[in-house]
Amino acid sequence: MADLAAHGVHPPGFAHQFEDMEQQRDAGSLGMWVFLVTEIMFFGGLFASYIIYRALDLRAFETGSRLLDIRFGAANTAVLIGSSLTMALAIRSAQVGKPKSQIIFYLIMTMILGALFLGLKFTFEWRHDYVEHLVPGFGFAYKGPFAHGVELFFCFYFFMTGLHALHMIVGLGILTVLTIMASRGRFTEQYYAPLEISGLYWHFVDIVWIFLFPLLYLIGGRYVLGGN
Amino acid sequence: MSEHIVPVRIYIGVFLALMALTALTTAVAFIDLGRWNTVAALAIAVTKMFLVVLFFMHLKYSSGLTQLVLLAGFFWLAIMVTLTLSDELTRWWTQTSGSWSALLPFLLRLF
Repeated sequence: MADLAAHGVHPPGFAHQFEDMEQQRDAGSLGMWVFLVTEIMFFGGLFASYIIYRALDLRAFETGSRLLDIRFGAANTAVLIGSSLTMALAIRSAQVGKPKSQIIFYLIMTMILGALFLGLKFTFEWRHDYVEHLVPGFGFAYKGPFAHGVELFFCFYFFMTGLHALHMIVGLGILTVLTIMASRGRFTEQYYAPLEISGLYWHFVDIVWIFLFPLLYLIGGRYVLGGN
Repeated sequence: MSEHIVPVRIYIGVFLALMALTALTTAVAFIDLGRWNTVAALAIAVTKMFLVVLFFMHLKYSSGLTQLVLLAGFFWLAIMVTLTLSDELTRWWTQTSGSWSALLPFLLRLF
């Protein structure tokens, strides 16, 4: 494969500083993984402070957790897992050289599921929280036990889900670019690095939600139905 | 190495497993297991993370260098969380209760 690097021979998408396509692919995904490690630390700061404040005020955090609607959390988890599947299938379509229409189909499916997640989050869940006066700084008026700690819980809830939603919005922008690239026939069996690398990002955002779901919705003593 | 093409049935299988685990973790949240509710929810979340990382993100088929990078990431996260907690959970320690068993009540407040 070394002749690929010979002067003047440039298959589509191949950058001539690499020995061959495989080295280019490995370098690209390694770079993305390093970025994702910085993202782990970025979200990790929030997770660490959540752990501490939850330990300091466990009853309040459990009460706050029970004020969330678990149906939205579970439904959105399923939606995101579905979008991860279609993302993985989009990459696979490129890898095995399927026509670009199939890549575009899976990318658009991923975008629809991502948009569905955000739609559920913003128009139903956050709106519901607003109507119930559970948004700190915007008419927070919860009067039950541990009101102060519950307000802190909702600060965490909105920061964590908000930061996650921001990542989703960025992801939708990336998917739009990928769809345009795919429609121009930019991806081949040899060159699909933008799909692979964006896929890593999309799956990472899915994993963040996989942890937010139990931390925010599940570990609040749900079995205490109807009472605090 | 990143050339490895994962069969569609593995992707579908991983997807179905993730859906089943989501249903399971939601159901378990309504059963009173005491402290074990938190442990169960997080154990299932970690299992789901492994499924996504290994198959959807192809880490099972990636180079050892890439796998090491992720391992280092989690190691650094563990340092951050552990050192922060070692401060926060021991702030009320006094001279007289300086034995390790004094840490237990604080650790139990975590879940």
